[in-house]
Amino acid sequence: MSLNKTVIHPVWLRANHWINLIAVVIMVLSGWRIYNASPIFAFSFPKQITLGGWLAGALLWHFAAMWLLFFNGLMYLFINIVSGRFKARFFPIRVRDLLNDLIAALKGKLAHDSLYEYNAVQKLAYLFVIVDLILLVLSGLVVWKPVQFPLLRELMGDYDNARIVHFFAMVALLAFAAIHVVMVALVPKTLIMMIRGR
Amino acid sequence: MKKSLDKSIIIQEALKELPSPARRLFLKRTLTLGGLSLLSGCTVTDEESAERMLMKISRFNDDVQAWLFDPNKLAPTYPESMITKPFPFNAYYGRDKIPEVDGADFLLEVSGLVADKHSWSLAELYRLPQTDQVTRLICVEGWSAIGKWGGVTFATFLKRIGADVSAKYVGFKCADNYYTSIDMPTALHAQTLLTFTYDGKTLPPEYGYPMKLRMPTKLGYKNPKHIVAIFVTNTYPGGYWEDKGYNWFGGS
Repeated sequence: MSLNKTVIHPVWLRANHWINLIAVVIMVLSGWRIYNASPIFAFSFPKQITLGGWLAGALLWHFAAMWLLFFNGLMYLFINIVSGRFKARFFPIRVRDLLNDLIAALKGKLAHDSLYEYNAVQKLAYLFVIVDLILLVLSGLVVWKPVQFPLLRELMGDYDNARIVHFFAMVALLAFAAIHVVMVALVPKTLIMMIRGR
Repeated sequence: MKKSLDKSIIIQEALKELPSPARRLFLKRTLTLGGLSLLSGCTVTDEESAERMLMKISRFNDDVQAWLFDPNKLAPTYPESMITKPFPFNAYYGRDKIPEVDGADFLLEVSGLVADKHSWSLAELYRLPQTDQVTRLICVEGWSAIGKWGGVTFATFLKRIGADVSAKYVGFKCADNYYTSIDMPTALHAQTLLTFTYDGKTLPPEYGYPMKLRMPTKLGYKNPKHIVAIFVTNTYPGGYWEDKGYNWFGGS
């Protein structure tokens, strides 16, 4: 097997992954500070773990990192789809595989014998987070520019509702991240792979 | 009125002396993750360069927003039944500091790139064609409220004073020493009103008597209250919050 074939994660994907992590961390921590300026629910995020120091600082970070998140995400979708990797890695997802893998995962018996292929649960989880990031961007666009994006605004159910959608999309992203990190901790080889590519 | 204007000019002058320490405070606050420096061992120089980068991106975001701004796109309007009651009071000070403006001898100053620089009495302003709209005010903090403002379309007023509409900015000075500025395309937007009423009644002091510029296409801090002077210029005038780090365009 040539070296080239053993590379599971091409270099563009690895760069993309880590840039995305930086962007997401900045977006989430500054987003919490922005949330605190006018909380939607009866709680605030502890100041110590937010970014920006005050509302204006948090907004500066948020509206800077959004470009990183946006263009990095666009690049991911573009290379992934054009190269055919997207189709090859994520499809098909069979409901039966999904159920089997889910049961196996809950029993702690999910097979990781081949790191060359995603199991059905992984496929669904990664597709979920892609869709969730797109939802974060779209709901964020409505919160930022409700007048300029009337169609999106109506889809989100006006400005106030777009904030709620934006918030829960963030919660969903964190839920994914928590599971993702636990899975990586259980199978540390995957972390090495995302750094070295194989 | 004359007296209060002089006072406001003195405070404006004093504020000009403020920027450097205020900016330094802003620097220190921006990079901080809670009380800790974001990068351990990060020097003030690093903070300054990060801050400069963030401000550059914010200026870039001004350009992006100007490009995104569609002069023909209207903000949604709402039925009167949806008006937020009570409409929230919001300023950089508390209710006890709301300026008291005497309408009887009030004169609105007009200056800069305009043909007619005469000052306007409220009676003259009230004689301009009046209209009203029920729109959503969105605060930079995230909350929003629906209100009904009435007054003259700002484009009409700019035409009356013979404003050079090819100029870049329209600036505003307020009786509470607030100041801000907007881009010309937004100034000419059909829903940008120089308002004298709230919910059908003379604008009360807490909402900006004697007049407020109401733009449903911009965030709350871009909508100045208690306006005492309007000027048209090509020199970037900044703003009270904008100079502290809030985005200048602040568009919705």
